Amino acid sequence: MKPERLVGIVSYGGYIPIYRVKTSEIARMWGRDGETLQTEEVAVAAMDEDSVTMAVEAARYALKRAKINPKEIGAIYVGSESKPYAVKSSGTIVAEAIGASPNITAADFEFACKGGTEALQTCIGLIASGMIKYGLAIGVDTGQAAPSDELEYTVGCGGAAFLVGPKTDETVAYFEASTSYVTDTPDFWRRAERPYPSHARRFTGEPAYFRHIVNATKNLMAELGYKPEDFDYAVFHQPNLKFPLKAGLMLGFTRKQLEHGLLIPSLGNAYAGSALLGLVAVLDVAKPGQRILLASYGSGSGSDAFSIVVQNNPYRGNPIPFISQMLKRKKYIDYAQYVKHRGKIVF
Amino acid sequence: MLSAPRYWREIRYRYRLIGSRCLKCGKIYFPRRLVCAVCGSRKLEDYKLSEKGKIKTFTVIRRSPPLGYEKNVPYVVAVVELEDGVNVLSQIVDVSPEEVKIGMPVELTFRKVRENGKEGIIEYGFKFRPIFE
Ligand SMILES: [Zn+2]
Repeated sequence: MKPERLVGIVSYGGYIPIYRVKTSEIARMWGRDGETLQTEEVAVAAMDEDSVTMAVEAARYALKRAKINPKEIGAIYVGSESKPYAVKSSGTIVAEAIGASPNITAADFEFACKGGTEALQTCIGLIASGMIKYGLAIGVDTGQAAPSDELEYTVGCGGAAFLVGPKTDETVAYFEASTSYVTDTPDFWRRAERPYPSHARRFTGEPAYFRHIVNATKNLMAELGYKPEDFDYAVFHQPNLKFPLKAGLMLGFTRKQLEHGLLIPSLGNAYAGSALLGLVAVLDVAKPGQRILLASYGSGSGSDAFSIVVQNNPYRGNPIPFISQMLKRKKYIDYAQYVKHRGKIVF
Repeated sequence: MLSAPRYWREIRYRYRLIGSRCLKCGKIYFPRRLVCAVCGSRKLEDYKLSEKGKIKTFTVIRRSPPLGYEKNVPYVVAVVELEDGVNVLSQIVDVSPEEVKIGMPVELTFRKVRENGKEGIIEYGFKFRPIFE
């Protein structure tokens, strides 16, 4: 899918909460001490944080960098699978908190971990068609996992916001194309009114994650006539450490192209925030002229792939922290505090 | 607990830290006022407060928190002196009570303030956190 008019990233912001729990601490709780775990630690939202507050933090960082009037934003879309309200759009709260209300369209997107990239595609379409000037696409989650489930060793919290608009000489980067691949594949789901997701364990691999990411990426490269070596960086959704590395190697990418956007060992899987935070980490270090491949994955299942060309380095003299700095700013909590933070004890 | 309409009327002020400024004498208020307490003027405009400040004084709430704050204890409440000189009463987050100090630089953050049970609205608003070094 190529837009008729090019759309760029005007600004972006990533947010990672400061609390961490070591996965060795989770293993201690469930009698799995000493096992080799793929993730060192995971980011945990504070008691008073949820996907809406983290969306606002990421959006505010994006706006501080952009220096545009929030009233010029025409659309706000929030992709998440941890909405605090089942009925009431998170987008309304974000819009009010950043001063973009009321002449705006807003909605929440749901497609497991790829809600944020759908938001991005929708904004690109609205901007390329001239319907809006700027759009704000957010992917954010407080990752949910049942106590003692193997997911508990990988789920994290965080999100990223992308302010997109027409490509200009000032935009940070621009989108060349995006391709999606969607099928009905029940690998991971959460029924309404259940607090934790269910998953089909091994089935989450080949027919689900790999098939969708590989096909979306291959189709994107075919559409643009690119090979893996045409990209400087590749960022894939990160449910664990093995999957993105294996998908990258299956497609012909090298570990060097993958490592900058690979945040899972110190962040965990922030669901709809996962691939987008990886993109933020890459944009933090990328240089003008470099090309980035981004491919999200949402269970159920689908993948959205993007080819992004970096135009400018936006950060000189900016007070907003890099992802690398946010990952270092941390406070450790134990498993008891973790369950309190994540609402796993109910009172 | 606030009713949904009462919460709604205050949303923009609580979300974005907007107070009011007297057009006659320049005094800034937060929460906003409709009449200036200094000169009595009724001509006040919305004023966006500074998002950074320092902790002027603080206390740690450990027992008997107000209704809706039970899960947060222990938590820190401080008077924050903003860069524009206005004092704001706020919870301080991302810091343990032992780490808080008078003079600590803090910045605006957006958090859940209170949940009205499992079925009511979620009240969001401003809090402050230590500035990222
Ligand atoms: Zn006055």
